Amino acid sequence: MNKPIRRVAIFCMVLILALMVRVNWVQGVQAAAWASNEHNKRNQYDRYAHPRGNIIVGGQPITRSDFVNGLRYKYKRGWNDAEMYAPITGYSSQAFGNSQLESLEDGLLSGSDSRLFFRNTLDMLTGEQRQGGDVVTTIDPKAQKAAFDGLAGKKGAAVAIDPRTGAILALVSAPSYDPGKFAGTGAEDTKAYNDYLKNPDKPMANRALRETYPPGSTFKLVTAAAAFENNVYKNVDDQTQTPNPYILPNTRTELKNESDTEPCENATVKVGMDYSCNTVFGKIGAELGKDKMRTQAEKFGFNDDKVDVPIRATASVFPKGSDQAGTALDSIGQHDTRATPLQMAMVASAIANNGTLMQPYLVAQERASNLEVISNHTEKQYGQAISPATAQKLQQLMESVVQNGTGKKAKIPGLTVGGKTGTAQHGQDNSGLPYAWFVSYAKGADNKMVAVAVVVEDGAAQRNEISGGSLAAPIARSVMEAVLTK
Amino acid sequence: MSTFDSLSTPAAEQRRGPAADAPQAAPTRRNTELAMLAFAVVIPMLAYANVGLAMDGTLPGGMLGYSLGMGALALIAHLVMRRFAPYADPLLLPLATLLNGLGVVMIWRLDKAGGLLVPNYPAATNQLMWSGLGVALFVGVAILLKDHRILQRYTYISMAVSLVLLVAPVFFPSRDEDFGAKIWIRIGSFSIQPGEFAKIILTIFFAGFLMVKRDALALASRRFMGLYLPRGRDLGPIIVIWLLSLLILIFENDLGTSFLFFGLFVVMLYVATERTSWIIFGLVLSIGGATVVASTASHVKIRINSWLDPMAAFQEPPPKGTSEQIGQTLMSLGSGGTTGTGLGQGRSWLIQFAAKSDFILGSFGEELGLTGLMAIFMLYALIVQRGLRTAIAARDPFGKLLAVGLSSAFALQVFVVAGGVTGLIPLTGMTMPFLAQGGSSLLANWALIAVLLKISDTARRPAAEPAAAIPEPNRGGTVS
Repeated sequence: MNKPIRRVAIFCMVLILALMVRVNWVQGVQAAAWASNEHNKRNQYDRYAHPRGNIIVGGQPITRSDFVNGLRYKYKRGWNDAEMYAPITGYSSQAFGNSQLESLEDGLLSGSDSRLFFRNTLDMLTGEQRQGGDVVTTIDPKAQKAAFDGLAGKKGAAVAIDPRTGAILALVSAPSYDPGKFAGTGAEDTKAYNDYLKNPDKPMANRALRETYPPGSTFKLVTAAAAFENNVYKNVDDQTQTPNPYILPNTRTELKNESDTEPCENATVKVGMDYSCNTVFGKIGAELGKDKMRTQAEKFGFNDDKVDVPIRATASVFPKGSDQAGTALDSIGQHDTRATPLQMAMVASAIANNGTLMQPYLVAQERASNLEVISNHTEKQYGQAISPATAQKLQQLMESVVQNGTGKKAKIPGLTVGGKTGTAQHGQDNSGLPYAWFVSYAKGADNKMVAVAVVVEDGAAQRNEISGGSLAAPIARSVMEAVLTK
Repeated sequence: MSTFDSLSTPAAEQRRGPAADAPQAAPTRRNTELAMLAFAVVIPMLAYANVGLAMDGTLPGGMLGYSLGMGALALIAHLVMRRFAPYADPLLLPLATLLNGLGVVMIWRLDKAGGLLVPNYPAATNQLMWSGLGVALFVGVAILLKDHRILQRYTYISMAVSLVLLVAPVFFPSRDEDFGAKIWIRIGSFSIQPGEFAKIILTIFFAGFLMVKRDALALASRRFMGLYLPRGRDLGPIIVIWLLSLLILIFENDLGTSFLFFGLFVVMLYVATERTSWIIFGLVLSIGGATVVASTASHVKIRINSWLDPMAAFQEPPPKGTSEQIGQTLMSLGSGGTTGTGLGQGRSWLIQFAAKSDFILGSFGEELGLTGLMAIFMLYALIVQRGLRTAIAARDPFGKLLAVGLSSAFALQVFVVAGGVTGLIPLTGMTMPFLAQGGSSLLANWALIAVLLKISDTARRPAAEPAAAIPEPNRGGTVS
């Protein structure tokens, strides 16, 4: 019987061999795929198995890693001034994943970034605990606080940019949320998260970057830029041949101004801007035509769906296919024109920076936990939005608006301030309460400057141009002050 | 084919024919066993310390007691071997001890995952108790079973007992977590898996039955289409066994056990009759049966589908009847990679409640990595090959058949379980011998090792000595 026994022995060896081949296949060849499988919760746990790197604002971390020593999760994310910084940091929740910077910079923060590989290996060999790297932001804490306090109790957003570099100095969305309330996996975390989602005020929406609004009269800056660039007018004091009211081309619809008392008939460009005359800029837009208007808008960043700061901003829209009457309305920031607060801040920053639009950015530096720099942001030009000459004229217009026009509330002693108010109608037949806008820039000593865009939703009980000036301008003013005054 | 001899000392164990006498004064090799046992106790001890250090930063509290306990168990088993089976194979006992010890450590480590792995928590203490009882059973068999040939007398009783054992679970309700498999006999909170014991008892029946029938089956055959087929009257019992395994499959939803019995029977038939036609015949029958059942029984279909697409259960909402376990195990294995996370540092509790029992291999794979699993498979391969060596060395046909049966049953079980867990074949409901949590499995496998050792003791005993004689003391053993 020995011969068959030997054969059975070989058969048994083949069985074991098959198992060995199989585990080599699973744990060798396929290992990485299984390890990184989307359903593999280990990656989720690993992310919280060691202290996460921090997001830095003004030299101070605005995030923490709390050691909770749970069975699944060793650490839990915490935030300082959570609501104020939420639109920047986003959340990093054990149950609901990550968003915004916490998501985009997750590789660095969690320490899995390949650029940290050498350090991690060293740490492993020396028995040090692994530690994620830090993300240094461009945010100016004073400006951020000014914007946050200004928007307290309101719905809206504010963005401040340094026009010379594109560095984002403030980015606020209100109402905001506290990511710390659902950073864990407990029942109360789930409840907090769902409450935020269900909240009609949408506290988790990033209004500064991810919401588009009709920009209203603030868009007249773009229209005026198109007029100067296309040589429709040479100077700010040129007369515009504008009737009041202006009949929209090929229609019988009258385009009116806020009130009949305003000196809009045949106004100069400057007066038109001071009083925010719809007739003046509607006519300019209609006569320039949709293509020239769109080209100018796109130079400022409209219709670009890849504005990454690195958080991707929603594309602002200047429509392609409006008729002439529609273009007239598009040109005063109504109809189909839509813009994010970031976009309007970019318009102001290009004007303040003599026409050069810098790519806005939020992350100044990435560094390892030992402060060793991994990468520095290099400033990039987004493009030359307008010629320096046009920029000069627009600066004159904007400064005049603050001095003599609708933007008086933004005046700051000792600083040069330019601005533009806006009140945007929206909703069915403009039934919604209008959005109050203020877009501005300020220049201080030694050429320091800042550009700000503020929008307040449903803020205006009065439907007039004052609302942009009365609601949004003070907020913009306090942000500009925070940046430029010691 | 001298691969199996590579593990024995060349001088003492020259290959010999089945009828050749063993050389006089063959070394008993008990000292080799003792040295190996020391390893088998120390390795799990170190693993235990490793888990404690990794998870708590200190040596576990029960370090001393646990080590002494394991050491004492091993020592008792060893002393009994010295006294009652001095010529037995020196490797089997250490191998079983090592696997059992590693299993207990892994279960203890998973207990430390605490609330993440309810139910059956804590399980390590129970497993330790069952290990003790397993060794006690081992000792009992070694002492009471004077000679394995006594078992021949119980051929037909064995058949009856194993039938009862196998059919019994049909009358007990199955739980949700068994996925419809009825493999348990439950009396109050006490439950046994009769399949584990039936494995041994059925092998005894097969060995007895085939020893009597082998000539009839081998010689009285007619040629049919190039195959030698036996006469109908000899074919009868085989068909009955085949039907029985199919019935188990259908009524108890236990693919693994039925595959095991059928495979076992075919292997033993082949060894007894030395006819290849039996293998072909067996394969045709089993493939036919499996195909019919797979295409009709829904739970078998589910298992096959989850083998083909282990990640299906992760869809939202998960399809009915699917389980995440295989997908989780594969992710465990993949996350462990080549070298593993280290003991105590993996997260195999994600496999959920079966991480300590059916899927314990996933836990080992994650924490010890591919390296560790290869080592564990190697240990199993050694047990199987030492068992088959015993079969080669045995000098009576019943002993040969019994040893082949037990070893190949063991091998088939390892293959079916490990293959199912790693996704090589569809999952079936059995547990990893010695490693997995479960009293029935431990008891049965310790008994299996004991019977194999008795056979090998008889086989290697110098012919001059009568079977039950007490060996002279102080026979010089060589430590290799």
